[in-house]
Amino acid sequence: MFVSTGTEETAAPTVATARDAVCTVRGLVRTYPSGRGSRLPALRRRAPGDTPPPIRANDGIDLDVHRGELFGILGPNGAGKTTLVRQLTGLLRPDAGSIELLGHDLVRHPDRAARLIGYLGQESTALDELTVALAVETTARLRGLDVPAARAARDAVLDELDLAPLAGRPLKRLSGGQRRLACFATALVGERSVLVLDEPTTGMDPVARRAVWAAVDRRRTAHGTTVLLVTHNVIEAETVLDRVAVLDHGRVIACDTPAALRALVADEVRLDLVWRYEAPLAVPAVAVLEPLAEISGRRWTLRLPQDRARAAVADITGGPAFAALDDFTLAVPSLEDVYLALGGRGTGLVKA
Amino acid sequence: MSVVTQTSPERAAAAAPLAPRAGLWPSLAAVYRAQLSRARVARIPLLFVATFQSVGIMVMMRGVVHAGDGEAARSVVAGSSVLVVAFVALNLLAQYFGQLRASGGLDHYATLPVPPASVVLGTAAAYASFTVPGTLVTALTGCVLFHLTVSGLWVLLLVIPLAGAALSGLGAALGLLAPRLEIATLLGQLGMSAALLLGVLPPSHMPAPVGWVRDVLPSTYGVEAFARTLGGPGATHWPAVAGDLSVCAAVGVLSLALATRAYRRAACR
Repeated sequence: MFVSTGTEETAAPTVATARDAVCTVRGLVRTYPSGRGSRLPALRRRAPGDTPPPIRANDGIDLDVHRGELFGILGPNGAGKTTLVRQLTGLLRPDAGSIELLGHDLVRHPDRAARLIGYLGQESTALDELTVALAVETTARLRGLDVPAARAARDAVLDELDLAPLAGRPLKRLSGGQRRLACFATALVGERSVLVLDEPTTGMDPVARRAVWAAVDRRRTAHGTTVLLVTHNVIEAETVLDRVAVLDHGRVIACDTPAALRALVADEVRLDLVWRYEAPLAVPAVAVLEPLAEISGRRWTLRLPQDRARAAVADITGGPAFAALDDFTLAVPSLEDVYLALGGRGTGLVKA
Repeated sequence: MSVVTQTSPERAAAAAPLAPRAGLWPSLAAVYRAQLSRARVARIPLLFVATFQSVGIMVMMRGVVHAGDGEAARSVVAGSSVLVVAFVALNLLAQYFGQLRASGGLDHYATLPVPPASVVLGTAAAYASFTVPGTLVTALTGCVLFHLTVSGLWVLLLVIPLAGAALSGLGAALGLLAPRLEIATLLGQLGMSAALLLGVLPPSHMPAPVGWVRDVLPSTYGVEAFARTLGGPGATHWPAVAGDLSVCAAVGVLSLALATRAYRRAACR
């Protein structure tokens, strides 16, 4: 797996490194008319014109993605991830800002994105009634491959992802994860030096997830493929990404390696307490924690300095509250904690 | 829109080579083949429903229209046959494109280097092809039910592609231009209902304004061309058939061009 030095990583977000920059985004702004939050393009097109101010789905985004990097865009639903990716793939025009991909100005020439990028979107309706094999082969042909090359590419990618047993089945008759993997296969055929993957592993079992990351790694090793990954899954972000941009309300609130971002909150730990029934608020050690906890049913989540967390655990496990405790975990901070520490306001990040 | 461009000469020189575009005809063939394969999965709506509907209408009309060559019998058979084309190529295609657009399914094509015309023409051609078995079955059944000659049925080999082009172009344009999926569905249904009412009923009984509406409906010319041949080759006024088919062809070219423009607009915002 590709690893960069820390100094490069910290310098990257602010310095335009034309040397190895694959994708450079500056001041990207995209607004939607408010009150029409739907992603449906038809609903988005005709604005009433007189109603509330438009929503800035992307509000001045700067990014630098380097060659061969697995670069993540992490944020909860509604953070503006998909809007950003749709502009990078030429599907949506920015209101302002610039996008340069492999030396091409994509704001001026959005049509070039299709000739530079392999894209996996969130929707598969165009492919649902095709068999896996035909969906992959047709996509390869539409990426400019001739029939023999498209068939060879199809067979190779179906074998690689272990989809050959499903080749003859229509996508709509597959499980969600299998369908997603078939769509991922369509993004891989007709090799591109940049892959943009919008939540590629949604609904997949661990085996399929591993197949996805193995396929991505093979392309990075063999061809130096650059991968832009959109995710709201913090575990995935921490384990597979070289660098990650954390998006919140249309802005990049942080951009660094997952390890460097976690270091921002290194002096904190996360304490999860799960009570058997109600929390024993009569116990002072518990009552004092209540205002600090993020409460979700019987689960309390606390982000505390390390010594404070240790003391809290000692108090609870050593005192009368222990009888009411069902489970507890003490964990080093995740990217979710980073997101919250940086002022992220959404709560849609997923740990799975 | 403000565009920031900082393309210095050395950076422009360093621009990565672009992958080739997909050619018009190869990608049209690929789209056509892929769309055609959908008939295996969605056999009932794409192939059977329209045929059942048209045969049902003919059976019903047999109760009020005498068998034997006459304007009414010809209208019923020709109208019901072309109704299959209107149902699939206009109504179902409008719904298909409307749904693809509303769900974001167009993104798949829009992020591939494929000419818009390939997607629209390939899909329209596939939908026109879906109508072939249904139209032939309906026409044959109609000729038997109403005691009409089948010797002119070969004209369907021209009527289906030309009326198919006109109606599928219209269906695709409606589906891609309608601001919402529901409206695309509604327009498709209305178009098909118009083709049903104005195609199946004999025109000489229609009030003048209804006749005018009939005249502007592209399916009418497919119906007319086919109806003219149902009396047998000897009784057919061929120049009029050619004229009707030319109208279909012209509408086909225009509506498919419109649909291609609509696709381009819908695919990139």
